[in-house]
Formats: sequence, structure tokens, C-alpha cells
Amino acid sequence: MAKKLMKGCEAVAEAAIQAGCRFFFGYPITPQNDIPEYMSARMPKVGGCFLQAESELAAINMVYGASGAGARVMTSSSSPGISLKMEGISYLAGAELPCVIVNMMRGGPGLGSIQASQGDYFQTTKGGGHGEYHVIALAPSSVQEAIDLMQDAFDLADIYRTPVMILADGIIGQMMEPVEFHEKKQARELPKKDWATTGWSPKSERPRAIVNSLYIENEELQELNDRLQARYATIKEKETRCELYNTDGAEIILCAYGTVARICKSAIALAENAGIKVGLVRPITIWPFPTKDVHDAICQESVKKAITVEINAGQMLEDVKLAVNGAKEIEFLGRPGSNVPTAEEIFEKIMEIRRA
Amino acid sequence: MLEQNIFAGFGGQGVLLMGKLLAEAGMFEGKEVSWLPSYGPEMRGGTANCAVVISDKPVASPVVTMATSVVAMNRPSLEKFENSLLPGGKLFINSSIIDVKCDRKDVDVYYVPCNAIADELGNPKVGNMVMLGAYIEKTKCVDFETVLKALLETLGEKKAHLIPLNRKALEAGAASVR
Repeated sequence: MAKKLMKGCEAVAEAAIQAGCRFFFGYPITPQNDIPEYMSARMPKVGGCFLQAESELAAINMVYGASGAGARVMTSSSSPGISLKMEGISYLAGAELPCVIVNMMRGGPGLGSIQASQGDYFQTTKGGGHGEYHVIALAPSSVQEAIDLMQDAFDLADIYRTPVMILADGIIGQMMEPVEFHEKKQARELPKKDWATTGWSPKSERPRAIVNSLYIENEELQELNDRLQARYATIKEKETRCELYNTDGAEIILCAYGTVARICKSAIALAENAGIKVGLVRPITIWPFPTKDVHDAICQESVKKAITVEINAGQMLEDVKLAVNGAKEIEFLGRPGSNVPTAEEIFEKIMEIRRA
Repeated sequence: MLEQNIFAGFGGQGVLLMGKLLAEAGMFEGKEVSWLPSYGPEMRGGTANCAVVISDKPVASPVVTMATSVVAMNRPSLEKFENSLLPGGKLFINSSIIDVKCDRKDVDVYYVPCNAIADELGNPKVGNMVMLGAYIEKTKCVDFETVLKALLETLGEKKAHLIPLNRKALEAGAASVR
């Protein structure tokens, strides 16, 4: 199939449809509006349902309902809208319901700005909603990768009965890049959704399905939490993904995800011209965090220091530090809000470390 | 090859389209490309810009902070972006409505009277294509015919009759900087 120039948001929406998503519930907010716009035109054509809800809260609870009935369903929003969905996401996690949530991050806190940001790393990876749950969080750094991860997101959600988040920033959403849609390959076996509320009669061979996240008895809630924690352990073990770029024998390691990782690659090219070997560790799953890859890349003998680069005040930085556990010094480059670091700034930081 | 371009102007001048056609043409020619529009307050305030990267290797940063070429379609764009140009870079100025000269001595500056040329061609809307013609003449990063193929995709067959006019605009722009 020929390559096509496509905007990130539209590509994500098309990828979802090709992954079998037939229900979309959302509410407008920049910079992800192209997703619902695209869905509103495409969903009816494939026999699916697009619905613009009255609020983010309504949208996420519609996701809960559709998922409970066994549908492939998604919603999308940008930072402030994702905050509004957090209660629902905790409920989805508690009820063990699969779904996909796309967050095209913008600057915060509050209504913030509409420009790209990575301010929601903590919200995504450390909870966001109440209670002890996680979402699998996938962070694409190109439009093509966003497409490829969309299929994975729906599969992972079904396999582990968990909400999965695509965490991108406004740049990924608004940028156009050449993309290809590959023939859908069912690489992984998906479990039957025998828990879904698809109708029951006395003649049914299975017990009544009940979708619920309320467990009044301590023991019962403990059971749910034990089950979730065991599942998270499996996810950590099996689903962690990371890109290692130029890391072998590097003098300095950069850690970044999403758009910023791309900017780091430009900085690495600048460093290469100056005769300095710099590598990049790019988490693709930011939860589960690729602790071992990050540790191994940074703790090589050749590495002087590592620099975490983000569009925030230093959030993933904490996970990088935990991964390395004091074995190497980790510097930080970034600003909160929507100030995207430049390749020149990153290169300057590299030179600063070298001069020290 | 690594062309890092900024196209800037006010809303309605077709700067986003100019960048998109260039990116699409690059893709048709088998190059790696990215197109990143401004979608923030500047868009809502009437000015617009986009960053277009064309490369023979996978595009690293789609954000252009140090450009190999800057295209300024109006004066605020020139003032905003002339210092984002790398030494040795190319600066394209729409001299029909920008009445100042660039002071930088370390870059190549091309003054293209886009509006005047477009008016001569009988359609003020093709000013962006005039500028794109000048840009391609100097950077040689894609062929005119590929740009027109990209334009045809955007216009659709119903508006295919506009292709000859746009070809003329590209050629006139190229001639103006030869």
C-alpha cells in the first residue's frame, strides 16, 4: 500500500477503526479534536457508533457501559479532559474493563495552554484516579508508531482486561507524517469476553455476568486487589517496551519519550558531528516502565552521566533515578508548561557535562 | 539531504498548504518528511506557520528551531523567524508586502514579489505557489511535477482545471529568483 501523508489524530482514529473499535464517545478539546471529527465521519460508515457526549464524565461512563457489554470502545481527550475522566478510569480498572483512552497532552495545570506538553506523566503512570490501579501507557514518538500502537492497545486491553492509555502530546496529534496501514495481523490470541453483560436467561449456560467495582466486604476487595496486582506483575514482566538508540558504548545517555525523543535524536546528530557519542533510551511503555533497559543503558562503564529530557519540570526523571538507584548521576533538562526543549539546548547541556 | 523549513505568513496566504504540498511531494519522491503546523494562539490571531522537514534519513525532530530555509509571507513572520535561520541558510521574502530588507549578511536572501506576480497571472490566490516555485528553484529538493501531483490530490479531479495556472505560478516564482 502506498504511503499517505496523515495527521497524527486522524491516523490514530483510523487505526482504531481498523483495529475493530466500533464505539467512540468523546467531548471536544484541543489539540485532539481531529480524533472525534474523524470518528464522526468514519464510524457510521463502518456500522459503528460515534457519540459526542455532554461532558467528559459522561463519555468515560459510556465507555464503561459499552466495554461492560463486550464492545471494543475508546475515548480521547487532552489533559484537562483526561482529568475529568479519571474517576471513570479508576472504575474501569476496578471493574476490570478493557478500553483505550487517548491523551494528546497539552500544557497545564488548569486549563493551561493548547500547546504540546508532557505534564501528565505522573497522572498517567502513578494513578490519576483513586485506588491502586495502573493503566498500560503507550507513548508513540511518530505518527506511524501511533498507528501501530493503537492495534496493540486494543489487544492489550482485552488480554489483561484493563484500560490502556495512548499518551502522546499535541505535536504527535497535529503533525503530518507519511504512514502505512498494514494488513491487520492477529498476532495474539484474545480471551473470550465471557464476563460481558450480553444478556442472560435461565437457559444460559453461564452464570449472570455482573460488571461492578464495589466490594463491601474487605476480603472480597482484597481478592480484587490481589488479582489486579498479580496482573500488573505479569504486564511488567511481559509487556515492557523500549527503544535503544546508539546506546552501546555511549558517553552520555539521554532519556526521553514521545516527541522529545525525536528532538533528542537531532541533538545526538549534533553531538556526533562534534565527535561525541550520545545514546538515547526511549520508553515506549511508560507504564510499565522499562526499568531494566534504562538501568543497563545508563550503568554501562562508558557512560559519564545521563540526562532526562521532558516537556515538564521533571516527572519521568523520578523513574529514571529509581531505575539507576544512585549508580550514576542523572541530570534534567526541561521546563513545565508547553516549552518544548530544542535540539540546540540539549546539545549545549551535553557540552556542559563534557566541560565539567 | 536535510531541509528544515519554516513557512510563515498570515491566515489566508496558504502557508500551511504550501508546506503540506512540499511535504507530500517529498513523500511521493521517496523522501522522509514531516509537517508540523502552528495550531496555537498565533493561528487564532491570524498568523500561521508550519515546519516542514525533508530528509533522506528518518526525520529526527519535526520541530524546527534552526532552519535551513525560512519563507516569510508577511512582515511579522520575517521578524519572528529571520533569526531562526542557520548561517548559510536561505531566506525567502514576499517583497510585495514586506517593505524592509533583511540585515543578515550570513544568509542568502531572495526577494519574491509574490502578490504582484500572482496578480499578473490573473489570480491573487496563487501567491503561495509563486513563493513555492522560488523556494524549489533554489533548494531543488523536489520537482515541480511532484508538487502538482500533490496539489491534484488536494484539489480533486473536479478542480483539476486549476493545475495549469498553478504550474505557471511555480514557474514564474522560479524565474523571479533565477
